[in-house]
Amino acid sequence: MAFVGTDIIKDYKDELEGNVWVFPDNVDTDVISPGKYLDNLEETLKHTCESLIKEFPDKVKDGDIIVAGKNFGCGSSRETAAMILQAKGISAIVAESFARIFFRSAIARALPILEIEGICSEFNLGDIIHINIPKAEVKNKRSGKTFQGQKIHPILLDLLKEGGLEQKLIKEIKRDKE
Amino acid sequence: MSGKTIAEKILAKHSLSDNPITPGEIIDAKIDLIMSHFGTGKVLVDFRKIRPSKKRKVFDPEKIVVLFDHYNPAPTEKWASVHDLIRKFVRKQKIKHFYDIREGICHQVLPEKGYVRPGMLIVGGDSHTTTYGAFNAAACGLGSTDIFYAYVKGELWFKVPETIKFNVSGKLPKQVMSKDIIIKIAGDYSASVARYKSIEFTGETMKYLSIASRMTISNFSLELGAKFAFGIPDQKVVDWVKKRTSIPFELVEADKDANYEDIYQIDVSDLEPQVSCPHTVDNVKPVSELEKIKINQAFLGSCTNGRYEDMEIAAKILNGKKVHKDVRMIITPASQEVWLKMAKNGISEILIKSGAIITNPNCGACFGAHGGLLAPNEKCISSSNRNFQGRMGSPAAEVYLASPSTVAASAITGEITDPRDF
Repeated sequence: MAFVGTDIIKDYKDELEGNVWVFPDNVDTDVISPGKYLDNLEETLKHTCESLIKEFPDKVKDGDIIVAGKNFGCGSSRETAAMILQAKGISAIVAESFARIFFRSAIARALPILEIEGICSEFNLGDIIHINIPKAEVKNKRSGKTFQGQKIHPILLDLLKEGGLEQKLIKEIKRDKE
Repeated sequence: MSGKTIAEKILAKHSLSDNPITPGEIIDAKIDLIMSHFGTGKVLVDFRKIRPSKKRKVFDPEKIVVLFDHYNPAPTEKWASVHDLIRKFVRKQKIKHFYDIREGICHQVLPEKGYVRPGMLIVGGDSHTTTYGAFNAAACGLGSTDIFYAYVKGELWFKVPETIKFNVSGKLPKQVMSKDIIIKIAGDYSASVARYKSIEFTGETMKYLSIASRMTISNFSLELGAKFAFGIPDQKVVDWVKKRTSIPFELVEADKDANYEDIYQIDVSDLEPQVSCPHTVDNVKPVSELEKIKINQAFLGSCTNGRYEDMEIAAKILNGKKVHKDVRMIITPASQEVWLKMAKNGISEILIKSGAIITNPNCGACFGAHGGLLAPNEKCISSSNRNFQGRMGSPAAEVYLASPSTVAASAITGEITDPRDF
């Protein structure tokens, strides 16, 4: 079946650094994970986001970070959108805002996400970004500018640290047993 | 202290937390109903990770509805195998409310079968779960990991949303439909106007709209980013739901002094038919302002506009006429119930004689999986809810979203056409 497990989830770190990919407003889940490839993970990996940035599927590297505009991940509830970006090695997404289901799925899969108004125009392809997740701080190492985002709610930050909803559930079941 | 919105009241009733129910707070809440379709496949894969295996039980098999609608009937061997796995899982977990491939699209079938009642908190493994807001239920879509957690625990975290209100007034002109209202709102206020917010639709127009028309509005509200999308809680809702279930319920109304982040006034008296142009739902133009756009396909169906009234208005327009020779018209009723009523009342006959083809209820064409995909450079007018690049097949194809009447009129002329001329 065309699903990747949670083994692609990276261990939580307070601080991350990586190469930047810049995405526009309203990146939808059909662009990230096209419906016609929902049953074919290999094809999805080959074609993710290509209609926006042709070289993205080939050139994206482990640890890269997406900086995007408003309403990132709008559209379908398909969690393959968050999953495929993790599978491609994306370690965090900083956007001006996220669509609701994508936001939840990212938290559920422990993919760090930050919301910072106006952030998109501050970055170019290939810039190096430094992120402090609990402080919701972002630095563009090329321009030297720092930006303050909206802090992640403590309950959701704990979920990220725990490794996502599945890890939380497994722990809860274990605890019930004891 | 101010009054409460519908979302705040329903979340308060289901909350397991001590936090106040104010926007921005995060609470745990008890869930009344979970819906999942092919995504159940991911849930059952996740279930295998639970140790010890005797703990692998859903929280309450009575509160889960499973059906197949996206790949229906299975278009490939792969999907046949996924369906097979899910059937076994459903049997093992003793989930009785299982409809296999028989009934149709989830957002039509759940209300029809009486699962959706006012005041409920419902989650679904499908974004357009907001549709149930038309029945005064707080309903939203989730990804598969959230659904998995809900399957096991029967509860989840919820952020209490801000609420915005659209107050809709005026009588819709002839051939202009509720779809045109919601597309117009998308165009005027953007596809993120309701991002992570609850919407309440009120006003005289909402009152006279049919339940089916209200479902279209609540459905498409997801495309504005909505978490919940409540229609008007009135007697029409009560009468509709009572015909479908004997389980008692009460309408949930907002307090008069409830706190709204924004209130928008919409007058539809002079509304023209609207079209969402490629590739975003908020790239909106009235039909009259479009250049001549030739189409290859006209699609009438989906959870947005595959109901009986949609088929009826299309049949009125197509009656005695022919679908243009260069157009493939694909009609997909939202459920078997809709399809049966079409057949009984002569609607199917009119549509078939016009040259349209009618498929079984499924989601295939709308999300570009099977049964009506587009080749590069083709154009489609569609009554569905998404026109994203590549949504219905080739990324080089174009999808234009419109009402069923606009789809039917365009099918006849072969180009995007104002239905008021018919």
